[in-house]
Amino acid sequence: MMITGDQPASAVSVEARDLVKRFGEFTAVDGVSFSAARGEILGFLGPNGAGKSTIIRILCGLLRPTSGKATVAGFDVAAKPEIVRQHIGYMSQKFSLYNDLQVIENLRFFAGLYSVPRNLVDSRIRAALAMAGLAGHERDLTRTLAGGWKQRLALGCAVLHRPAILFLDEPTSGVDPISRRLFWDLIHDMAASGVTVFVSTHYMDEAEYCNRLALINRGRIVASGAPTELKRHLSKGALLLAKCEPLGPALELLRYHPDVLEAAVFGNALHLTVRDAGAAIAALPQFLAEHSIRCTGLREISPTLEDVFVELTGGRVRDAEVRPE
Amino acid sequence: MSGNRLIAMARKELIQIRRDPRSLLIALLMPIMQLLLLGYGISLDAKHIPVYAYDQEGSQDSQALLKRFQASEYFNLVTTVDNYPQLADAIDSDRCKLGIVIPFDFSERLRDTGTTAVQAIVDGTDDNTANLAMGYARAVISGFSGEFQRDWLARQGLPVGGGGPPVSVDTRVWFNEDLESRNFFIPGIVALVMALVGALLTSLTVAREWERGTMEQLISTPVTPKEVMFGKLIPYFAIGMLDALLCLVMGVWWFEVPFRGTLFSLFTTTALFLIVVLGVGFMISVGIRSQLGASQIALLVTLLPTSLLSGYAFPIDQMPAPVRAITYLVYSRYYVTILKAIFLKGVGIRALSGPVFALSVYAVAVGWFAMRAFRKTLDQ
Repeated sequence: MMITGDQPASAVSVEARDLVKRFGEFTAVDGVSFSAARGEILGFLGPNGAGKSTIIRILCGLLRPTSGKATVAGFDVAAKPEIVRQHIGYMSQKFSLYNDLQVIENLRFFAGLYSVPRNLVDSRIRAALAMAGLAGHERDLTRTLAGGWKQRLALGCAVLHRPAILFLDEPTSGVDPISRRLFWDLIHDMAASGVTVFVSTHYMDEAEYCNRLALINRGRIVASGAPTELKRHLSKGALLLAKCEPLGPALELLRYHPDVLEAAVFGNALHLTVRDAGAAIAALPQFLAEHSIRCTGLREISPTLEDVFVELTGGRVRDAEVRPE
Repeated sequence: MSGNRLIAMARKELIQIRRDPRSLLIALLMPIMQLLLLGYGISLDAKHIPVYAYDQEGSQDSQALLKRFQASEYFNLVTTVDNYPQLADAIDSDRCKLGIVIPFDFSERLRDTGTTAVQAIVDGTDDNTANLAMGYARAVISGFSGEFQRDWLARQGLPVGGGGPPVSVDTRVWFNEDLESRNFFIPGIVALVMALVGALLTSLTVAREWERGTMEQLISTPVTPKEVMFGKLIPYFAIGMLDALLCLVMGVWWFEVPFRGTLFSLFTTTALFLIVVLGVGFMISVGIRSQLGASQIALLVTLLPTSLLSGYAFPIDQMPAPVRAITYLVYSRYYVTILKAIFLKGVGIRALSGPVFALSVYAVAVGWFAMRAFRKTLDQ
C-alpha cells in the first residue's frame, strides 16, 4: 500500500506558533508551538480534555485559534482554510462517515468532495477498499461494519485525494488490539511514502510508534521529543517497582519518605522515583515492615512514557482530570 | 462552485432521503394525508341541516310550508314535536340546528289579513351554519309566501303580474359557479402542504449532520458552503415539484376542483415558492443543530402563519387592519393568491405580477441569507 503525498518541496509541512484557543473562560489550548517535517509521525499524548483534539481541529481549519498562527502545507490555516483542506485528510475522534450509506457510497461521496480526477476514482476506491480489507463488502451498509473496519474505511475516505498531511484524532479508540496493530501498519506505510501524520492518542503503546511525541496536559506541551529521548528525561533518579500489601497505605507512607521523589500506582504495584536505587532497595523493605506492610518485591525498572508523564504532570494519562472537549 | 462536489452532495442527500423512512413519509404521505384530511374536514357548505318542526296548527297551509322545508336540499325535516320543551331539548342535545314553530292561527291570519309569521329558532353556537340556516329558511318561507300570494290573487281574479318583486337581482357567480367551498379551499391547502413539507424536510438536513457527527468530516473537506447548500436543496426541490404535481392530480381528479390555468404558470410560481420555503427550512436547520428542535421550529414558523394568515381559509379582507398588515409578511399569502387565481380564474403570470413580484423578492432575500447562514466551522 503506497500513498504518496504531492506536497511542496519544503521540509516543514506543519508549523504552529503560540496557538491559543479559549472557549469562554476555559483555555483549551494555551500557547502551543511545534513543527513537523515531511514524512514524520507526530504523536499528541495526553489525557482526555488536555487539548489534543482542539489543536488538531485548529490545524484542519475547523476551529479558529483565539491567537497564534498555524501553517499547514505552506498556507496559513486561518486565512486560507479551503486551500489547506485540499492538502489534508482528517479523521475525527468520533466516527463520522455516513452510517446510512453503503461502503462504496461513502467512498464515492468523499471522492467527489475531494474532486478526485474522474479517471482515478475507480483505482483510488479500489485501493481504499483493499487497504480497509473491505473488498467484497462494497454494498454493505456502513452501520453494519465492526469498529476496526469502520476505522479503516474512515482512513480510506480521508486519503482518497492523496493528502500530504493526515490528521488522526484518536483513530483507534474503541477498536480491538489486532485492528489497532493493522491500523498502525497503515500509518507507517503512509509516513514512509512521505505523508506527514499527526496522531492523538491516550494509549501509551501507540505513542511508542511515533517518531516524535508531544506530551500535552491542560492545553500545554509539557515535553516533546522522540519516545526514547523522553524516557531519558526521567533524569532525576532511578525508577523502582515495588510490590506491597496493602497497596494504599504503602503509597501514603512512601510518598512522604525522604528517599522517594515520586510515588504512583501502576496496576497492582507502585512505581517509585528515587535518588539512589541501591540505597532505596536496601532501606525501604525495613521501613515498610516497621509499618506492618509486606513488601514482596522491589527492583529497578526502565521508565515507560507513562512514568515520564507522571513525573512531568503529577497525574496519569488515563485518569487525569476529565473535561469534555 | 464545482460540479463534481455539487453532484456528490446531491446524490448523497438523495440516497439518505431514500433510506430515511421519516423523510419519505413527510415527502410522499404527508401531502396526501393533508389534502384528504383538510379537503374533507373543512367545509363551509351547509346541506341537510336537521330541522324540528312544532306545528301548532296542523292545517293544510302549515303542512304545505313544512313540505317545502322537506323538499329543500339544505334542510332535513327530522320530525315534528308537540311542545316547546321538546323543541328546546332537541336543540340542546344537538339533534337539530333549526326549529320551526308554526302558530295555531297561521292559516287563519294568512287568509284574513294576508300576513302572518312563523318562528324560527336557530342554534347560534356555530355562527356560520346559523347564518346559512337563517338565510335558507328565509328563502324557503319567501318562496312559500310568493306562491301563496299568486294563488290568492288568482283566486280573487286579479292579474298575477310578474309573479315576483318589482326589482330582483339576477346573480351570476364567477370562478366558483356552484359556490363550493371546496373549490375555494383546495388551492389554499396545496399552498399549506407545500409550505409545510418543504420547510419540514429541509429543516432536518443540516441538523442531521450535526446530530450524527458527520458534519465534522464534511467540513474538513474542500466542499464550499454554497455547494453544501445547493447540493442539499436540489433533491428537496425535486421532491417539492413532485408534491406539487401530486397535489394537482389529487385536487383535480379526486376533489374535482377546476384547474383553469396552465401547468407552466403553476410550476413556475411553485418553483419560486419552493425557493423561499426550502431556504427558510435550510436556515432553521443551520441555526438549530438538532433534528427535533429544527423540525418543531419549522412547524411553528410555517404552519401557524400559513394556516392563519395566508388567506387559505380565513379571508384576509375580513381581518382587522393591523392583522391584515402582518399578512403581507407571510410569504404563503402570495402563493395562496396565485394558486387560487391559477386554479379557479385560469389567469396567467401577467395578471399575477403583484404576488409573483413579492414572492421573487422573498426568494432573493431568503436565498441571500441562506447562503450566508452556513459556515464551515465548529465554532458556535
